[in-house]
Amino acid sequence: MKNRSLVSINDYSKEEIIRILDLAEEFEKQPRQEILKGRVVASLFFEPSTRTRLSFESAAQQLGASVIGFSSAATTSVQKGETLKDTILTVSNYSDLIVMRHPVDGSARYASEVAPVPIINAGDGANQHPTQCLLDLYSIRKTQGTLDNLDITFVGDLKYGRTVHSLTMALCHFNTRFHLVSPVELKLPSAVKRHIKDAQLHYEQYTDMSEVIPKSDILYMTRIQRERFPDPLEYERVKNSYNLVNAMLVDGKSNLKILHPLPRVNEISTDVDSNPMAYYFQQALNGIYVRQALMASILGFK
Amino acid sequence: MSDKRKELIVSAISNGTVIDHIPTETVFQVIKILGLDKTKNQVYFGTNLESKKFGSKGIIKISGKYFEHEEINKIALVAPSATLIEIRDYEVSKKSTVHIPEKVDKIVKCFNPNCITNKEDVSTRFDVFYDDNNNLKLACHYCEKNTSKENIVFI
Ligand SMILES: [Zn+2]
Repeated sequence: MKNRSLVSINDYSKEEIIRILDLAEEFEKQPRQEILKGRVVASLFFEPSTRTRLSFESAAQQLGASVIGFSSAATTSVQKGETLKDTILTVSNYSDLIVMRHPVDGSARYASEVAPVPIINAGDGANQHPTQCLLDLYSIRKTQGTLDNLDITFVGDLKYGRTVHSLTMALCHFNTRFHLVSPVELKLPSAVKRHIKDAQLHYEQYTDMSEVIPKSDILYMTRIQRERFPDPLEYERVKNSYNLVNAMLVDGKSNLKILHPLPRVNEISTDVDSNPMAYYFQQALNGIYVRQALMASILGFK
Repeated sequence: MSDKRKELIVSAISNGTVIDHIPTETVFQVIKILGLDKTKNQVYFGTNLESKKFGSKGIIKISGKYFEHEEINKIALVAPSATLIEIRDYEVSKKSTVHIPEKVDKIVKCFNPNCITNKEDVSTRFDVFYDDNNNLKLACHYCEKNTSKENIVFI
């Protein structure tokens, strides 16, 4: 994986995904190792995403790398109309690796084709966010002891949620049974279901989550946004049926864990937070180790 | 119609290209895709012609012009059944069918307005595939969204 960009989770084979997760486990035991001392990581956030940016920058700094970059395009030459290509080529002169977040779909793939240094995609518009996917996989493996043969339930907006799409595709390597809970308007797109079918795996679709909770090993919650509904009445009708409250978890399996890409609004009630099944805050912390594993691996230090 | 008269229709130009077996409804699209509405060459076309294979077909004849591979790819997206006949000195010199390519580069716009190819000077690249209902779709190499056949716009 040395010097190779990571734009989409599909860029990595099953073995490469596992290698990153194994490495992340090492970094979890010892997150402070000065192995990237003298290296420069550029962190280019063309749109703000504080959570992701801080996770990347902290990961790099704990490995001894210095970090340069910007946290929004507002104060840069991008604002003056500089093309993405020019920005990427310029920054490549000053850095060994570029982490980028950009509002335009496909921007990271394009950047990886023009940049002489490797690119890590930290989110390109509504398209891909592969490090979120890796930290989700890491969290699943850590809590279940395996990635194989699990019952994984996705709840909420399965149509527009890019984290759901990437994770679904990645899980197709691991013989997952998919349970897809969403309003009819927000079902998983056929382009993503195609991956499940191609892998000859099984999925079931539901509009109600209560019946599927007792079967699940992982409950992956996502937010349903009002803007996604053409009819506001329809939103009002469905919004509460996809909110998780603690009482719904009494029939959950003992190994059940609840994940969420954060930030949450009200789709997980705060009374779930103290339930040992709640894992969404630890899940975010795992992002550091996965990002350390990626940077170390791409820069050839692991 | 006798074979002889059919032959005459096809051979009626001295030099150039005949595109036969175009679905009637896409003849005007083919004309636009190939830029025949702007060419200085003589162009004849027919629609709703009788066809044994398709019931109805369209045909276009362009005098004094032969096509490159890349231009023919463009036709295949809307007229996969088309036959190309090159005429030299009133004789059929070459007959070929068009093939839908596995990759479509540079000639089609991505349907996603937020795609980098619609925001900056980046050439489009697509993989061609067929969905469960056997409909042709183009998967964008950059934004990974699909453009379906009815949404294809040529650059
Ligand atoms: Zn695109």
